[in-house]
Amino acid sequence: MKFSSTWTIALRALRRNPMRSGLTMLGIIIGVAAVIAMVAIGTGAKEQVASSIAQIGQNTVLVMSGSGSRGGVRGGWGSSPTLTRQDYEAIRKEVPGVLRATPDVRKSAQVMAGNQNVNTEINGAGEDYVEIRSWDFLEGGNFTAADVRGATKVAILGQTVATNLFGDASPVGQIVRIQNAPYTVVGLLKPKGMSMMGSDQDDVVLVPWSSAMVRLTGTTSFRAITVQAESAEQVGTVMEELASLLRQRHRIRDGAEDDFHVRSQQEIMEMATSTAKTMTILLGAIAGVSLLVGGIGIMNIMLVSVTERTREIGVRMAVGARGGDILLQFLVEAVVLSVGGGLIGIGLGFGIAKVVSAKVGWNTLVSPESVVLAFVFSAVIGIFFGFYPARKASGLDPIEALRYE
Amino acid sequence: MDAKPVIQLESIEKVYQTGEVAVKAVRGISLSVRPGEFVAVMGASGSGKSTLMNLIGCLDRPTAGRYLLDGEEVGALTKSELSRVRNQRLGFVFQGFNLLSRTSALENVELPLLYSPHGHGRHELRKRSLAALEQVGLADRAEHHPSQLSGGQQQRVAIARALVNHPSLLLADEPTGNLDTRTSLEIMGIFQELNRQGMTILMVTHEPDIARYCLREITMRDGRIVDDRPVGDRLDAAKELARWRGPEEAP
Ligand SMILES: Nc1ncnc2c1ncn2[C@@H]1O[C@H](COP(=O)(O)OP(=O)(O)OP(=O)(O)O)[C@@H](O)[C@H]1O
Ligand SMILES: [Mg+2]
Repeated sequence: MKFSSTWTIALRALRRNPMRSGLTMLGIIIGVAAVIAMVAIGTGAKEQVASSIAQIGQNTVLVMSGSGSRGGVRGGWGSSPTLTRQDYEAIRKEVPGVLRATPDVRKSAQVMAGNQNVNTEINGAGEDYVEIRSWDFLEGGNFTAADVRGATKVAILGQTVATNLFGDASPVGQIVRIQNAPYTVVGLLKPKGMSMMGSDQDDVVLVPWSSAMVRLTGTTSFRAITVQAESAEQVGTVMEELASLLRQRHRIRDGAEDDFHVRSQQEIMEMATSTAKTMTILLGAIAGVSLLVGGIGIMNIMLVSVTERTREIGVRMAVGARGGDILLQFLVEAVVLSVGGGLIGIGLGFGIAKVVSAKVGWNTLVSPESVVLAFVFSAVIGIFFGFYPARKASGLDPIEALRYE
Repeated sequence: MDAKPVIQLESIEKVYQTGEVAVKAVRGISLSVRPGEFVAVMGASGSGKSTLMNLIGCLDRPTAGRYLLDGEEVGALTKSELSRVRNQRLGFVFQGFNLLSRTSALENVELPLLYSPHGHGRHELRKRSLAALEQVGLADRAEHHPSQLSGGQQQRVAIARALVNHPSLLLADEPTGNLDTRTSLEIMGIFQELNRQGMTILMVTHEPDIARYCLREITMRDGRIVDDRPVGDRLDAAKELARWRGPEEAP
């Protein structure tokens, strides 16, 4: 018997019962689509986390004000800021290998210009901030160290804020009012687009941190300080020096817990990507289970269909089908269902990944490996779960099969 | 009558063992059928007719005895060689038609060709199947499904399926058992025509009237052949059919 005949036989048999064939395929379709989409979304998330952390700046170290346990209550990081402006200045002056540093002061506020107003995030930064984040100017330029020292009222606008307040006109040289105080716009930043959480990174106003503390927040300490080392090799020593300087300044005894955290950008990156990786594996595994369930669905349907089609098998045997022909037919049926379902599932998975990436605004990556894996896996499922029912069918006795009611 | 026999049975026995009880369905049958014969197998219900047909049709193996098909010892063949024999040399027609549902008449007829060791191209499959349907007068119903055909038409499709691989022997177990008299006559007409063209036919029937269209009549009782004689007053199905039509359609 030619193999093309087996194809014809199996395809005709599947066509005789389109509903059953479709439902069997559905299990595999959903399983494969889930695996493809989940892995794509997970991988995309990982890339996005990595790139957003990379934006903190090269060779950077993040000093976060810690959980000072005051009155026995322990807050999360930054909950009770312990980093003072004296700490900041000491870091800049005393720690060797520090190239740049900037503190972090944030406040949401209303910004006005003319009759336009917007709510945005005011970011109190140092003169190095723009440089550390390798952010370029579209127009104008940075504020100076003197501006920071004097807490002058100057501002740098993100593209979104500028457009909302001034439309297409240039904002540089214009006045914006933040909590009713007038600030002169000195620069306009190049647009950066969405962050991974879907927030608009261009919806920001930079002012000298000193101005922000005096006029906006009224605080005297920072949530965090970003420090940039001169080179990658110096990141380690900078971290050590920072820690010992701060322990000394905060009078923390040996063995006592620090009231700050020092993390290199590298460490943060590794932590975050490993979390994202774990998430991807978890999502993939859950999706994998649904694929397995789809495979069991195939076996279930094939088993039921062997019983239901006993007479058909008898007829085929009576007109000359051999046990092997029947085995092959059922196996091919199972593989066509699983591989067909797999292919449709891959398409659907691609679609879901596309839709998700369009919705959240970051790339999802359908990896060739996951496609190959899903395809091979669905074929294996077809053969594996199809074999037992096919064996059962091929072992039937023609007379008994024909007599079966 | 010196041609080599198509079927030669020597002391064939078949015992069904169901638990403790052994049923001797066929108890030592010796029979010889020559090419071109048209044999009716008669007998009461339970006398072993179907059992015998299944043995001759290579669907089942005898418990004892020798069976030569075209001079070849069938007992020595493997399961898959038996399948080949059924596919290439035998045509089987059942009382209950046994067509595949939700499958066109044409595809039903193609079935034995698909399992043929020769491997036919798509075009040839269709050509040969249509020719077989033509032979039973159903070429215009090729695309109909069994559920869209009458009982007689379904049986004709089954006959076309039995003929499509050009077998030398046609076996039929009560082919007219589910049909009315007139439709039975049509089926017998097809059989007589095939027999006239040289086909050897062995068929089981309950009805003495139907047996009269055959050439030889065998009667079974309790698993044995008790009578074997040529049909004396043979009928011609075409004539009978014409007579049947006469009073109905003349006025
Ligand atoms: N698979 C089986 N297992 C056990 N006994 C069987 C089996 N098939 C047939 N028999 C027995 O063998 C005997 C002959 O059965 P068979 O079907 O050959 O009769 P038959 O002549 O074809 O009857 P009918 O005219 O009713 O079709 C019966 O007694 C029956 O009970
Ligand atoms: Mg019977």
